[in-house]
Amino acid sequence: MSGDLLVARDIEVVFGGRGHWLGRTREPVKALHGVTVRIGRGETVGIVGESGSGKTTLGRALLRLIDVAGGSIAFAGRDITQLSEAEMRPLRRRMQLIFQDPMASLNPRRVIRRIVAEPMLFHGVAKDEADAEAKARAIFARFSLPLACLDRYPHELSGGQRQRVGIARVALLAPDFVLADEIVSGLDVSTQAQALNLLKDLSRDLGLSMAFISHDLSVIRAVCDRVYVLRSGRVVEEGACEDIFAAPKHEYTRALMDAIPLPRIDRDWLRRTAADVAA
Amino acid sequence: MAEATAGAAPVLLSRRPSHTLRACLREPKVVAGGCFILFLLVLALGASWIAPKDPLEQDILLGATPPFWLPGAEPGHWLGTDDLGRDALSRVIYGSRVALTVAFVAASLAAALGATLGLVAGWYRGAIDATISRLVEIWMAFPPVLLSILLVAVVGAGVGSVIAAIAIIDWTRFCRVVRAETINQASADYVTAARAMGFSQGRILLREIFPNVLPVLIALVSLEMGIAVIVEAILSFVGLSVSSDTPTWGGMIAQGRQLLHQGWWILAAPLAMLFLTVLAFNLLGEGLRRALDPVMRR
Amino acid sequence: MSDAALAIADLNAVSDRDGEAILRGVSLTVERGETRGLVGESGAGKSTIGKAILGILPRAVRVTSGEVLFEGQDLLKAPAALRRRLIGERIALIPQDPMTALNPGRRIEGQLTDGLRLWRDLSAGAAREAALKLLDEVQIRDPERVLRSFPHELSGGMRQRVLIAAAFALEPKLIVADEPTTALDVTVQKQILRLIRAMQSAHGTSVLFVTHDLGVVAQICDRVTLLFGGRVVEEGRTADLLQAPRHPYTRALLEACPRYDQPCAGLRPIPEQIIATLRAEIAA
Repeated sequence: MSGDLLVARDIEVVFGGRGHWLGRTREPVKALHGVTVRIGRGETVGIVGESGSGKTTLGRALLRLIDVAGGSIAFAGRDITQLSEAEMRPLRRRMQLIFQDPMASLNPRRVIRRIVAEPMLFHGVAKDEADAEAKARAIFARFSLPLACLDRYPHELSGGQRQRVGIARVALLAPDFVLADEIVSGLDVSTQAQALNLLKDLSRDLGLSMAFISHDLSVIRAVCDRVYVLRSGRVVEEGACEDIFAAPKHEYTRALMDAIPLPRIDRDWLRRTAADVAA
Repeated sequence: MAEATAGAAPVLLSRRPSHTLRACLREPKVVAGGCFILFLLVLALGASWIAPKDPLEQDILLGATPPFWLPGAEPGHWLGTDDLGRDALSRVIYGSRVALTVAFVAASLAAALGATLGLVAGWYRGAIDATISRLVEIWMAFPPVLLSILLVAVVGAGVGSVIAAIAIIDWTRFCRVVRAETINQASADYVTAARAMGFSQGRILLREIFPNVLPVLIALVSLEMGIAVIVEAILSFVGLSVSSDTPTWGGMIAQGRQLLHQGWWILAAPLAMLFLTVLAFNLLGEGLRRALDPVMRR
Repeated sequence: MSDAALAIADLNAVSDRDGEAILRGVSLTVERGETRGLVGESGAGKSTIGKAILGILPRAVRVTSGEVLFEGQDLLKAPAALRRRLIGERIALIPQDPMTALNPGRRIEGQLTDGLRLWRDLSAGAAREAALKLLDEVQIRDPERVLRSFPHELSGGMRQRVLIAAAFALEPKLIVADEPTTALDVTVQKQILRLIRAMQSAHGTSVLFVTHDLGVVAQICDRVTLLFGGRVVEEGRTADLLQAPRHPYTRALLEACPRYDQPCAGLRPIPEQIIATLRAEIAA
């Protein structure tokens, strides 16, 4: 077997275009124009782009949460492009998703215990309620989450705690692949470091493959092995982090990097424009 | 170790049901509205013991006597009598039976029908949604009064047809709101999370989305109960509800209107009950909506 | 001292909901023509200060003591009419979220000329001329079209430009910028920061720049105040604070920032001991 766990070839995603009774037909919008991404076993891959770059769409497409209009997706050597929802179900445990906004991704009306236990019971990772409870407690201890959180509702937790619950819920299923969608944007840098460390440890301990979607090259640099730079639904540059950060080839990558304000004195930074950087 | 287990023990107890109840009881609107509805329920169920007189017993000699605080009041008839000498208090008490039956049954039926269609339309979208939404649009274009009169005319007057008329007309109200809320919830990340977990569509709809739609639905049901009480009263008023033998508030108001020159109280008692009942249902609905929202609860 | 554009002295505020202190004796000054950074993590109280200046504190937050001196007046104690005039005309806000800060139901023209017509008594035509000039100044290419537009027809960056134009419309002495670039993409953020800097230099305005991002502070602020738990932890010239932080919390915060020029940075959480010490100091 090759080292690749997830391979997406030339995928295209089109939104809209369906008519409506007495409504206007909206022009279909192409969000991805033939994007190719491969994620090796145990590898953490960064997907970076600004809003409208299609990075979130790409993530959802990789997990088959939205349909692709063209191209193919293979997971663990199996073509999953055309699998139905029911056929995908056994694979779902193995490919998981962690969200940007833990507040929105945890059902507001369910106690944390149910949120964490139900996926385990559903996928047979836990034998029964007691087993699920034990597993949940173990991981809460490991993530330094107070056990009292199990009886809370999502809104009663702090932002950092919610994000850790989101990671715990996914980790408990022992997946092979995790897609992390902007999971640290909106967190304070101190909490952010905590969440990133947690994720890094996890991917090492479980041998996880990970796709890490972010708008922030600094965060990508901290956790990823390789990176894809996305712009308007196309990959403009890809490569190992060391190479790209040392010598970005595409001018967009350079502009994106330069636009990040670093906490250091750089008298020219404000004056430097994208055109200067490209030159 | 011992300390850890001791500290962890209460965590096992789910505090959900009591928690929800307590949250409801903290909401003054729920308490006020709920108490009045409860009171009404007791009146309706225990009418035969609570009512001082037989509501149908006539006594021509005691026609149109005023309530007890006015001169000329007849002892035993606390709220006076109507022109046929029937006890107003007893009739109001018995009238709550029809009002509450219609409120609970009609609102529940309308909610069940509308919510089911709304959930299905909002979740599956596409052709199903288009069909249901068109149906709602066409349905709502029908004049409701005409529809109910037509129904009662075909099926015949009676509590059953009043209930059917309300349910058949008002399900659209639920369908629209539930559909919109379902679409809203379906776009939330927790639903995507559930899909990524591999849960089936039906399960996501019932166990993830429905609980989040429920507070809106409950509030709406409560408001609908108020509406049902009024609609029943209107149909009684125009004589399309139950037979005139059974005391109803609407019927009493119709009767009171004709006898306004003989005594205002004949009109006032059922009108006050109608007003308070609808108010109570509305308060209850608004209060429940707030209390059942875990985010608003803080 | 007397030439400061704004001087806040010993400001204390509490939450009415739980009696928790939100600001604990905060003092800071914004000198004329400078950009003063106000930085801290969530809950540090940075936006509370901005809101206190503008008199838009949420109802649950109450200022218990201290003063906010602006043009020789204590904004907290000034009579309502005077305060309205001072804040409405001489202090402006650049808000955080360009998506919600503009009224979705009104065209840009009306929203941009509101202040001019209220405080300058300009006619509709004159206000429109002024608005066009302002839009030109914030480098909007097609000002005529933008004036006719509704907010949803503009991109996030364009909307933020419109808000900056609105903030400078009355030539205020002080601008409170409340995380003005947090909601924007980095490339747009850079353009907006550059624009704020250029406008500020051209008009000689003082800016209080509220942000959570030390990177942004490094690039745009002359001096900076770092808050934790409603208290000032460290303040000084930006270069000093970044290059030679005195407080261990400042140092830890800088080390927790991920940065693309340093592969291992960003994974060092702030040591709990530092937080505990800070909490203890605050409680004392």
